[in-house]
Amino acid sequence: MVSLHVDVRARLGTFELDVAFEARGGITALFGPSGAGKSLALRHVAGLARGREGRIVLGERVLFDAAEGIHVPPRDRRIGLVFQEYALFPHLSVGSNIAYGLHRLPRTERSVRALELLRLVELEGYADRTPDSLSGGERQRVALARALAPEPDLLLLDEPFAALDFRVRRELRGMLWALQRRTGIPMVLVTHALSDVRELADRVVLLDGGRVVASGPTERLLAAPGTAEAAALLTGEDLA
Amino acid sequence: MPLHPLVLSLWVAAQATLVSLVVGLPLAWLLARKELPGRDLWTVLILLPMVLPPTVLGYYLLILIGRGGPVGQWAEALGLGRIVFTPTAAVIAAFVASAPFLVRSAQAGFEQVAPTYAEAARTLGRSEWAIALTITVPLAWRGILAGVALTFARAVGEFGATVMVAGNLAGRTRTGSIAIYDAVQAGRMADANFLALLLTAMAAAVLLVLARLGRGTGW
Repeated sequence: MVSLHVDVRARLGTFELDVAFEARGGITALFGPSGAGKSLALRHVAGLARGREGRIVLGERVLFDAAEGIHVPPRDRRIGLVFQEYALFPHLSVGSNIAYGLHRLPRTERSVRALELLRLVELEGYADRTPDSLSGGERQRVALARALAPEPDLLLLDEPFAALDFRVRRELRGMLWALQRRTGIPMVLVTHALSDVRELADRVVLLDGGRVVASGPTERLLAAPGTAEAAALLTGEDLA
Repeated sequence: MPLHPLVLSLWVAAQATLVSLVVGLPLAWLLARKELPGRDLWTVLILLPMVLPPTVLGYYLLILIGRGGPVGQWAEALGLGRIVFTPTAAVIAAFVASAPFLVRSAQAGFEQVAPTYAEAARTLGRSEWAIALTITVPLAWRGILAGVALTFARAVGEFGATVMVAGNLAGRTRTGSIAIYDAVQAGRMADANFLALLLTAMAAAVLLVLARLGRGTGW
């Protein structure tokens, strides 16, 4: 099973990120209030940001090692990322969006694979639609299919449900959980909703002020947060 | 009726616009990236022809491509012959005077494309080159097209630099703008009228295209 080890120190303006955590199989949640550095940590894993110090290893592959001067560019990391606002290419159809990362496949296989992925996220018949004709939940599912298309070793999701209403949120959680179990691709998702953590995450990493406050299997951490700081983050319902 | 100057103007402007696209698009793309070292200096250098008096521009060009100039001598050594007072010189003058319009407009277009699109494409394994061609340029097309229209219009209107490096040779380097000046000097007001009206109509057509682009009604 592919595991992810992250240990990064970086500065963004006046914000200081100093995090170390790991993610194994299943779903890991990075949970904390806004401004905790969750999304920034995700960008470092994806390679879109580069730390000052530290090391990021996925399975056997060293993706970042400040001391060795290693920084694998995002396009070679084999890590999928679902952006908070989905970032679907507005000038491309849903099918072309999903096929965008399949450039290494022969042309004829790309559309076959794109249709397969549309079926996987229950959007058959949507291939020719444009992103702006979709609802929020549909966009989210297209973004998910697009990120899964190149069969990444790891999938990152930045606040995947933040913009969705309660009903759609519940549906998509179910779909994400089923997809994870079916594909076996480990997932790391950023959220400030405790309900996401409870219902989806096998492991949770608590972040606040750019630091890891606590981490561990979800059930154990929810039952025994260990410190008062961790307990305070876990007692509220969804954080702002 | 003296149609040759107008045809020449369109032909010179079309070539100048094409060269501006080839040279200017990559420059605009580079300038749109905030991490480019010396960005302000590049911006000044590239936009300078926009604000310099055209005769100053023409003077510099003459020094560069004239028979004694480095580019002029190099061209003659390669057997390409003399550059000054040829239609090629008119294209060079129009290109230098009009390319900044393309760079500026395309740069604004590129800057309006949210960086997350390129980031998403990177995480999907695509090269920077592929991303520029398939994401950035198509999403910035409005700015690029506006730049093409402005560049073309400026190239058609080029006078000062052109007259200095290409001269005023009837049937060879006498473009529309120069032909109007020439006609007025010679007292041929009917010719001047005809050329002025046609050039005005062309300029109005370019503005119409720009207005439609600005309104976002598409084509």
